[in-house]
Amino acid sequence: MFSSLRYLAPLATLVAIAVASLGGGQETPSGLTAYVGAHIIPVTAPEIEDGVLLVKGETIAAVGKRGEVVIPEGAEVIDLKGKVLFPGLVCTHSHIGKVQGGDGSSPIQPGVRVLDSIDVLDSTFEKARAGGITMANLMSGSGHLLSGQTAYLKLRDGKTIEDLAVRNEDGSMAGGIKMANGTNSIRGSGGSPGTRGKSAALVRAQFIKAQRYREKMAKGGDDPPERDLAMEALVEVLEGKRVVHHHTHRHDDIITVLRLKKEFGFKVVLHHVSEAWKVADEIAEAGVSCSIIYLDSPGGKLEARDLEWKNGAELEKRGVLTAFHTDDPINDSRWFLRSAGLAVRSGMSRQKALEAVTIAGAEMMDQAGQTGSLTAGKKADFIVLNGDPLSIYTRILETHVEGKKVFDLDNPEDKLWAEGGFGAGHRRRVSGCCFTK
Amino acid sequence: MKATSLLAVLLLPLCPASAHAQVAVQAEMLYPMTGDLRPIENGVVLCGKNGRIEKVGPPGEVPIPEGYRILKAKVATPGFIDAHATVGLSGILNIDRQDQEQLEKSAPIQPELRAIDAYNGRDPLVKWVRELGITTVHTGHAPGALMAGQTMILKTNVTAITNAEKDTLRPFAMVAGTLGPDGFGGGGKSPGSRAKSLAMLREQLFKVQGHVRKRKKLEEGETAEPDLRLDALAEVLEGKVPLLITAQRHHDIAAALRLQKEFGFRLVLDGASEAYLLLEEIKKAGVPVLVHPTMARPYGERENMTFTLAARLHAAGIPFAFQSGYEGYVPKTRVVHFEAALAVAYGLPHEIALAGCTSAAARLLGIADRVGSLQPGLEADLALFDGDPLETVTHCTGVVINGVVVSEEVK
Repeated sequence: MFSSLRYLAPLATLVAIAVASLGGGQETPSGLTAYVGAHIIPVTAPEIEDGVLLVKGETIAAVGKRGEVVIPEGAEVIDLKGKVLFPGLVCTHSHIGKVQGGDGSSPIQPGVRVLDSIDVLDSTFEKARAGGITMANLMSGSGHLLSGQTAYLKLRDGKTIEDLAVRNEDGSMAGGIKMANGTNSIRGSGGSPGTRGKSAALVRAQFIKAQRYREKMAKGGDDPPERDLAMEALVEVLEGKRVVHHHTHRHDDIITVLRLKKEFGFKVVLHHVSEAWKVADEIAEAGVSCSIIYLDSPGGKLEARDLEWKNGAELEKRGVLTAFHTDDPINDSRWFLRSAGLAVRSGMSRQKALEAVTIAGAEMMDQAGQTGSLTAGKKADFIVLNGDPLSIYTRILETHVEGKKVFDLDNPEDKLWAEGGFGAGHRRRVSGCCFTK
Repeated sequence: MKATSLLAVLLLPLCPASAHAQVAVQAEMLYPMTGDLRPIENGVVLCGKNGRIEKVGPPGEVPIPEGYRILKAKVATPGFIDAHATVGLSGILNIDRQDQEQLEKSAPIQPELRAIDAYNGRDPLVKWVRELGITTVHTGHAPGALMAGQTMILKTNVTAITNAEKDTLRPFAMVAGTLGPDGFGGGGKSPGSRAKSLAMLREQLFKVQGHVRKRKKLEEGETAEPDLRLDALAEVLEGKVPLLITAQRHHDIAAALRLQKEFGFRLVLDGASEAYLLLEEIKKAGVPVLVHPTMARPYGERENMTFTLAARLHAAGIPFAFQSGYEGYVPKTRVVHFEAALAVAYGLPHEIALAGCTSAAARLLGIADRVGSLQPGLEADLALFDGDPLETVTHCTGVVINGVVVSEEVK
């Protein structure tokens, strides 16, 4: 399902780096780090026993077998014998950082940006780093038909949302838009819909309005329409610049999303998709991708009664691009890798399950050219494990974002985020001085 | 159940290998969970007609008689025990007045609410945990009220409780209470503070003491006027039934220990997120702990929880067992051995984690003479797996309860 061309682009970068090195006369290659001896799982390429990951600054310079990757003189060499190197995890659906979206005033609020609400110093960010997550899609909730613009973040060690934001080519902060249907968004008061039919009608009316707005804007002339934040966001959706991340559980609600997608032509990722197994053919035919969740039991609400672990396997069979998500706090970010284990248990291939916590999510956030696999030319987003990613006994030892270590289990403060303990619920900088375990 | 066993007896001579034949389990790694907890290679368990285990041992010592139905597995363990759950009360749909029977908030202290009157053995979540290898659950009223009600212990193949003694291992296992804000009344109702919670509990327990004294003074032939509340708590003060206290914060745990010392009941600590701050005190009081699920959410009263708690309790020599706990949303039930598995990643020895949902759980619940290990004479409850039972990728391939195969699903 992945467009293979995307993966070729970084190769060109690799060649460029190699040529530069051969060019000679270059200063000592400072900023080079070679991680040597680990079992490397690049995810988009075969696994490598006794490999070398060469990082230059923020970027992966080379990945390969020991002996085949030339380690330049002056590079810092870090021995990772017995360890496993894996791409940083990508979570397509997270609520860390006390993220908020629209309020109770109306069911559709496209002008609201979640980036204006996020506390990047919250302990949940530290815990997500401890869980190996290097990129996440932060979303508002599912209590609205449309609750706001989502934020794609790299979990860099930063103080502000600007420090963490993934950027579009024009420099703006990247993100999608959060939509929902089914029970959660049906509230029957305060302008909210009371039925599924009304839910769809309200959404259609907004998109039709956005189509008109777009036409007016395109016409230009002396009398352009007033700026309308909601309409601007929806126009981005209509133009495919902003992906719809759509909460949906039941088979009929899933089909409703596909119907709306067909009518308005937006790009959509289906989220949760509890009953995906019932309508997997229709999902595949529509060519949309799915971000699914693994829960330890079905139910908890009527809509999730028929949630089945086999969703991953059924979607894989039909070639549907499939990622997993934490929905943190539903699943704590520190247990994200468990999702891949449950997927394999229920029939998904190891390969697709590992893609589903890395490259597939990156693809859904249009970042697969930058992250999601250990590939030369991509950002050095990776984690160090002490065992196989599918084993429940495996611990995450380090998390690196763009070449910088943002989590280290050997650091006592980081260990507190990783394991819990007295003070683990507090933010780092406020009380970081005085934790005792 | 009776009809089935009768049928088995009748059919046995005619078709010895039928589904009703006696079962022999043969596992490449058999965990009897006895002695040093080490597994037996290529171990065999023979299940008797009476639903009890006949023999356990290596193949040389335990030949399989003709006519037994042989179930083979990579790994077999005693059927798992969930030492504290709400399955059967907290149903899959999560709809109040429909399938949520685990908490009644009309009064703060209601130990008279029986778990046997609230249990729906046909809720899909009971089947869910059964097919994953859980054969016994300690279930009942949930945390969330000062004294929410009773708990019970039963097998996961019981669909309805028609005879409380026969259909359960314990129809009245414990009284469940909660300290700290999670046990407050809410909406202006008492208790609204920690001090008030303890005052109310002490007042209630003094009343029970009076009730017990009065009962003792009765002449032969006289019977006391029944009082559901006081009679239930008399069981606690007389040491027949433990008081299970859910307490997460260290000061709530300390309050539970203080209350135990004052009234001398058998205390079982539940949740106990901050128990690592009071290991010596808990050990000295001889109190066992039902450790919170490893994957419990670290918010509110649990903000200081640690995934290493089970390992620390083990290191301190405090008896403990694993639980699925109570979930108000999703996942509507946790799976007890998934919680145990993660404790291994955070320092608990593998065999101790297995014991925490088999033999040690049975000891803590007082049912080790019936379930929790594979020994001749104990009830033939087994779970079969195609690999390490604690690994996420491993499937449960079969479940036996009282010598009867109740699931052959690959889950």
